[in-house]
Amino acid sequence: MTAPAIPARTSLRRFLFNRAWRALWVLPLPVWLLLFFAVPLGLLVAISFWSVVNYRLTPDATLSAWRYVLGLDFLWASFWRSYSLSMASAVAISLLAFPASYAMAFVAAPRQRLILLGLAIAPFFTSYLVRIYSWQVFLTEGGVISSVVQALGGKGESLLNTYFALFLGHATLALPVVLILQTIALANVDRTGISAAANLGARPAAILFRVILPAARPGLALGLLFAFLLSYAEFVSAAYLGGGAFQTLPILVTDLVRAGQQWPRAAVVALLMIASLLVTAFLTVLWAYREKG
Amino acid sequence: MPPHLKHFLPKAFWIAGLALVFLLLYAPILSAVLFSFSADRFPSLDMSGFSTQWYAQVLTDRAMLEALGNSLTVAAITALIATALGFAAAYADYRFRFFGQKAVLALALLPPTVPLVILGLAMLAFFSRIGIAGTLMAVVAAHVVIAAPFAMAICRLRLAQLDETLETAAQNLGAQPHSALARIVLPHTLPAILAAFLITFAVSFDEYVIAWFTGGLNETIPVAVLTTLQGQVDPTIHVIGTMSFSVTLTLVLIALAVVLSQSGGAMSKEET
Repeated sequence: MTAPAIPARTSLRRFLFNRAWRALWVLPLPVWLLLFFAVPLGLLVAISFWSVVNYRLTPDATLSAWRYVLGLDFLWASFWRSYSLSMASAVAISLLAFPASYAMAFVAAPRQRLILLGLAIAPFFTSYLVRIYSWQVFLTEGGVISSVVQALGGKGESLLNTYFALFLGHATLALPVVLILQTIALANVDRTGISAAANLGARPAAILFRVILPAARPGLALGLLFAFLLSYAEFVSAAYLGGGAFQTLPILVTDLVRAGQQWPRAAVVALLMIASLLVTAFLTVLWAYREKG
Repeated sequence: MPPHLKHFLPKAFWIAGLALVFLLLYAPILSAVLFSFSADRFPSLDMSGFSTQWYAQVLTDRAMLEALGNSLTVAAITALIATALGFAAAYADYRFRFFGQKAVLALALLPPTVPLVILGLAMLAFFSRIGIAGTLMAVVAAHVVIAAPFAMAICRLRLAQLDETLETAAQNLGAQPHSALARIVLPHTLPAILAAFLITFAVSFDEYVIAWFTGGLNETIPVAVLTTLQGQVDPTIHVIGTMSFSVTLTLVLIALAVVLSQSGGAMSKEET
């Protein structure tokens, strides 16, 4: 019954080996993310309390950047413009994607669905900037769309610098993600519930609005949230398709840094963006998982 | 799907919706390919002829070739590190129960939700402090942050299909942890690892906000495109676009074929 010395030592070695083996797999990603993600974001929070002395960023503990930025009327105008434009885009993208997601979930055969999903997500990873440049070619005066409109007898003005152009940019970015989330949500709606409703004589409209949509709500809400998040953070469409007619927060952030070296102010704007995103995400998740009233 | 599901609107409506979305997704890509072969400087529907002059111009542009070199270097190193870190995290989550497991998972899924402008800003501030701002290594460090979550998700999805008791059984029969990993887990996960490598490569190859903020004078291809966008009409963008599309679309479609063909059953309930 006495524990001999050698097994005890080997079990200690074994214990240490297991610990090290486990740490080898557990630690690398969190360490990398702490170093290159959490620390930079923490630094951004700190910088919002720093000051700029003789064009040099100096560690400090002042609220002056916060006071300055929060007191700017055009910041708030820009904030509400950004927020409402992105929310409008998110709703429109969700509505635009829904028939397609429905087709992939309920009309296409499972095998076709996988292929369609693959083709839908692939553009998400390919040259977003070039696709935006392509839209310019479509939208500009004398471009593809205006030539077609003129051929049909319309006026064919340039569509650049309109909200429609901005929306197309947002949709180009967010559609793939929204399609995936919606399709997965719809495809996972319990089929026996649908069949049961049908057998009990529910009409197609009732099946869609009272069985399918409520069951898919979390996924649909997540799609809306991601469309908002991507549109809100996007600045290339606003700059090149919106033609600067839409001064949004991300443009403001880049201008503050690139032009004036106003790091603390840029940090404040960035933190406001993150705060508003967190609030929106929280409210959306609450709504998605709300009990049926 | 239940064959007797009656659609609220006719089938044609839903299929038309699908066609519209695919048109929106692929029209800009196809138009870039088309106009990259146009003989005209200004892209319009009545093209005067076919030409490869813009290709010749891009391929002899030294700045562009340098940017291509930068992009390939950054994307390859990013993909290697991100895939390794992503696989490690996925395996750790699959195999072990450890303190703070949920927190690690949440932290790992956070980067894709933070606006790239803000990440770029924060990373530029940080890299300037530690003195590596404006280097390609700074871009790599940042790209790994946004790419690794994709790699982790892909590997974790695949591991979920592996019977958890297999590895333990092998160890009970005397296999060392590393040989059980090498002989059971790795072969099973290999397709996902390959897919993760391709996707993370594509993510890095296409990223321009962070690369623009932190890369300084070392431009990558998308940053070069961004700079060109600020100027006037330039048909070479269509050429760069066509070449990038062929690279990234190929990578992504291969990766998706691998992932989808293996996790198709897990995606929806009715396919058993």
